[in-house]
Amino acid sequence: MTVKTDDVQWPDARGRFGDFGGRFVAETLMPLILELESAWDEARNDPEFAKQMDGFLRDYVGRPSAVYHAERLSAEFGGAKIWFKRDELNHTGSHKINNCLGQVLLAKRMGKTRIIAETGAGQHGVATATMAARFGLPCVVFMGATDIERQQPNVFRMKLLGAEVIPVTSGTGTLKDAMNEALRDWVTHVDETFYVIGTVAGPHPYPHMVREFQSVIGREARAQILQREGRLPDACVACIGGGSNAMGLFHAFVPDKGVRLIGVEAAGLGIETGKHAASLKGGAPGVLHGNRTYLLQDDDGQIIDAHSISAGLDYPGIGPEHAHLHDVGRAEYVSATDKEALEMFQLCTKLEGIIPALEPAHALARVADLAKELGPKGLILMNMCGRGDKDVFAVAKHLGVKI
Amino acid sequence: MNAQLTGAARLEARFSALATQNRAAFVAYIMGGDPDLKTAQELLDGLPATGADIIELGLPFTDPMADGPAIQAAALRALGAGVRTKNVLAMAAKFRQKDTQTPVIVMGYYNPVHHMGCEAFTDACVAAGVDGAIMVDLPPEEDAPLRTAFDAAGLALIRLATPTTDDQRLPTVITGTSGFVYYVSVAGITGAAVPDADPVARAVSRIRAASGLPVAVGFGVRTTQKAAQIARVADGVVVGSAIVDAMASGGVKEALALARTLGRAVHTARQEVSQ
Ligand SMILES: Cc1ncc(COP(=O)(O)O)c(C=O)c1O
Repeated sequence: MTVKTDDVQWPDARGRFGDFGGRFVAETLMPLILELESAWDEARNDPEFAKQMDGFLRDYVGRPSAVYHAERLSAEFGGAKIWFKRDELNHTGSHKINNCLGQVLLAKRMGKTRIIAETGAGQHGVATATMAARFGLPCVVFMGATDIERQQPNVFRMKLLGAEVIPVTSGTGTLKDAMNEALRDWVTHVDETFYVIGTVAGPHPYPHMVREFQSVIGREARAQILQREGRLPDACVACIGGGSNAMGLFHAFVPDKGVRLIGVEAAGLGIETGKHAASLKGGAPGVLHGNRTYLLQDDDGQIIDAHSISAGLDYPGIGPEHAHLHDVGRAEYVSATDKEALEMFQLCTKLEGIIPALEPAHALARVADLAKELGPKGLILMNMCGRGDKDVFAVAKHLGVKI
Repeated sequence: MNAQLTGAARLEARFSALATQNRAAFVAYIMGGDPDLKTAQELLDGLPATGADIIELGLPFTDPMADGPAIQAAALRALGAGVRTKNVLAMAAKFRQKDTQTPVIVMGYYNPVHHMGCEAFTDACVAAGVDGAIMVDLPPEEDAPLRTAFDAAGLALIRLATPTTDDQRLPTVITGTSGFVYYVSVAGITGAAVPDADPVARAVSRIRAASGLPVAVGFGVRTTQKAAQIARVADGVVVGSAIVDAMASGGVKEALALARTLGRAVHTARQEVSQ
């Protein structure tokens, strides 16, 4: 692996990030994806669209989100200074709303009248249902049956928001199966439907579009940390399911050669057990859900089911831009186990009074090591991308507590 | 006399022979290795006698995004029985020992092919006597690696045209394709909606005129009636989910019986009209 920075502006015209990305979809969807690409190109160059986005980000989502010096956790880990980018304070409780706002505004602009989405933890489903409610559009959310079980509060929230939640029982009933089902729905309702993908994956232009909508996180955080600390952090750390909160944080820092970018995948029961969701550490390049990227797969190219305690990370792939940043060595990818995430979930709650979602609790586990490695002069910026309210029932169950 | 023909040429020979008889091709789809290799082989070997002119052999994949419940379940049954891509190609090779005339094309998703490597997959297809492939999630914009290897080997990489393929897009779809064009008759997944004959007829003539290739129509054709309707306007009629369902409920015997009635319907469709 060569360590170098990547000065090219990806994606290219074919939707590639180096060797990754592209448009691998059924022919029925190709014209729709090309239509979406031109609508997206138009919208992102339209100052009116930017103005509309900014207004909703400020008044509805509650941006900018704060950066916060996690003093007690910094002391506990005994090393570098740790800052959180507090995207868990956003309306609906995670970074997902940044993207859903953008895509639903785009759907309106394109005259689409029906919204569909896949969801894992339910955060993306809730955020999509929220924006659909706000703009008066019917919304259908596909969610794996296993995930429905472990994310009950979010299922009810979506229903309150007027969305129809369709349980998906194929496969393991998790995020990848929900995405298959959403694609099947889209291919069947081609004229009126806008598919809001929840992460930086899928066929071009989704990985680009979602990154752009999420990059507000890093743009704000870079300015905020410069203002508060007078310098850039030594490292930016974020958890990775498909990689949208991580790309959102990383994007503004990619040209900053001194800043390490560290993505934390879910190691589940441990990478050596085979029961994990770490596509970069435990996978190989392949093609699924519209893009070429690293995937968990067997020696016949059959997709292997992911495992993670966190429904939001339980996905056998990763966004193509991460695959690229990994291969060129611009970003580092590590992992954290279910057990570590559970510990960090409790520790952060006790010491900082912030209940993190299980997803960023994974990131925190590696922040702990990194803080020691960097020492007291170090500066770490972690994306606290979601709050853990949705996880309290599942965590109680894992801890053997009846509530 | 056509014993030497392989690949795209075997497909062309079959279509032109059928055209001189003024009948459409009955294209039968089955899932490779469903429910297990032995049973699926029996079904495959029995198909030509039912009137199947071309056979589509499904390659099982864990995430068949364009397929409805019937073919999804078939893929999972095959995978559950331990069937992998190489086993399905071995089925084709066995079939070829007995039948050198009936074109066999494989239909599946790109990841297993990508994993094997496009050249290795092409070599394996040639060795097995497979004549072409349909890769559901590999649009023209992305298929160059496989197309190059297939072209060099004389195999047909069959493209899909759909109700969303407008005049602007059609040239992209048909450029560089060979064998035939597969018209997906409804916007949707396999085995779901039933196509109307009139719009299908218009689409077929448009695609045939633009490509100069035969056009086979599939997705949603389940009954002999519908198969006959389509056979009057298209060069081939593909039936998949219905045969897969028959296999699931009644085994080889029922699946072959259904294929026989479908084959008869396709073959006699145009005579009935002209009488
Ligand atoms: C709070 C939270 N963080 C992270 C993720 C993972 O997605 P991504 O990697 O795209 O940020 C999810 C997904 O549901 C989530 O809810």
